[in-house]
Amino acid sequence: MAKFKKKTNVKQDIPTSSMPDVVFMLLFFFMVTTEMRKTSLEVKQQIPKATQLRKLMRKSLVANLYVGEPTKVQQYGKEPKIQADDLFIDTKDIIRWVNEQKAKLDEVERDQITVSLKVDKDAKRGLIADIETELRKANARKLLYSTLEDNDQN
Amino acid sequence: MARSTPEIPNASMADIAFLLLTFFLVTTTIPNNKGLSIALPPPPEANPPEDVKIQERNMFKIQINSSDALLIEGEPREDIRTLKDEIKAFILNNGKDPSSSDNPEKAIVSFKTDRGTSHKRFIELLDIVQAAYYDIYAEQAGVSNAEFRAAASDLSIPSNKAIYEKGRAGIPLNISIADPTKVGN
Repeated sequence: MAKFKKKTNVKQDIPTSSMPDVVFMLLFFFMVTTEMRKTSLEVKQQIPKATQLRKLMRKSLVANLYVGEPTKVQQYGKEPKIQADDLFIDTKDIIRWVNEQKAKLDEVERDQITVSLKVDKDAKRGLIADIETELRKANARKLLYSTLEDNDQN
Repeated sequence: MARSTPEIPNASMADIAFLLLTFFLVTTTIPNNKGLSIALPPPPEANPPEDVKIQERNMFKIQINSSDALLIEGEPREDIRTLKDEIKAFILNNGKDPSSSDNPEKAIVSFKTDRGTSHKRFIELLDIVQAAYYDIYAEQAGVSNAEFRAAASDLSIPSNKAIYEKGRAGIPLNISIADPTKVGN
């Protein structure tokens, strides 16, 4: 019996003194790599995958448009909609929206505005082609189809 | 003389840090600034439609219908694995094959979709066409495909610009995306 008792005498505490350090490290990682949510998404966003990605360097020149089926189907129906900032817009409002975005930039940089289209993979080409036509009219001709990196093929 | 050293209780430090961590996890997003970059043509009104004669041999036609089925150069196609190499051969034909392009400057890859084509399918095909072009550029500039794309993303650095211009020399990115047809919606 005495032998068994000796064995149960092993110290069982996990040292927790370094826990705050570990957690702070995680915290700093997230603070550095992420950014604050500016808009709350009202459309479904399942971004398609692609391999030939290009990265946008100047974030101040990027304006985001979200396209997809509304998350509140009861309220807005199932047809894909365009979300700009925090509200739904119509295709005919895109020119005005582009001009608003351009007005935020310096005058010399206005032509370099890049529109990042974040389109749900189930959205149809028809709507996107309409958006493209409006963007051409608004003279915002740099376009980026936002995609995720596909690591399977390369 | 024994003096009591003042101590700050730090047992709750981990809890506080976790709280902050959770807050940041919830309120932030990982930014995604990557994607397929294209340049749109000038506005429709600016240049009235004039009949530009493009020879049939200089066009590589990709058509996608409303049920996402493909026509490549007029032929129905299921398997798209060899498509990238076909496009590369088409662009770099330089008049060798009389049914393929005259030279890279005249070669055009033409997209035609339907209003009912899904965005996923469109991106899949656009990705293949861009892969063909970037492969050619990268080879001409003597770098890998990924290196060329990284260089093209930031042209403000002179060495990047040199790679970019060397790769693009004589081979414009001729991808034409036509207005979609209206069969399905």
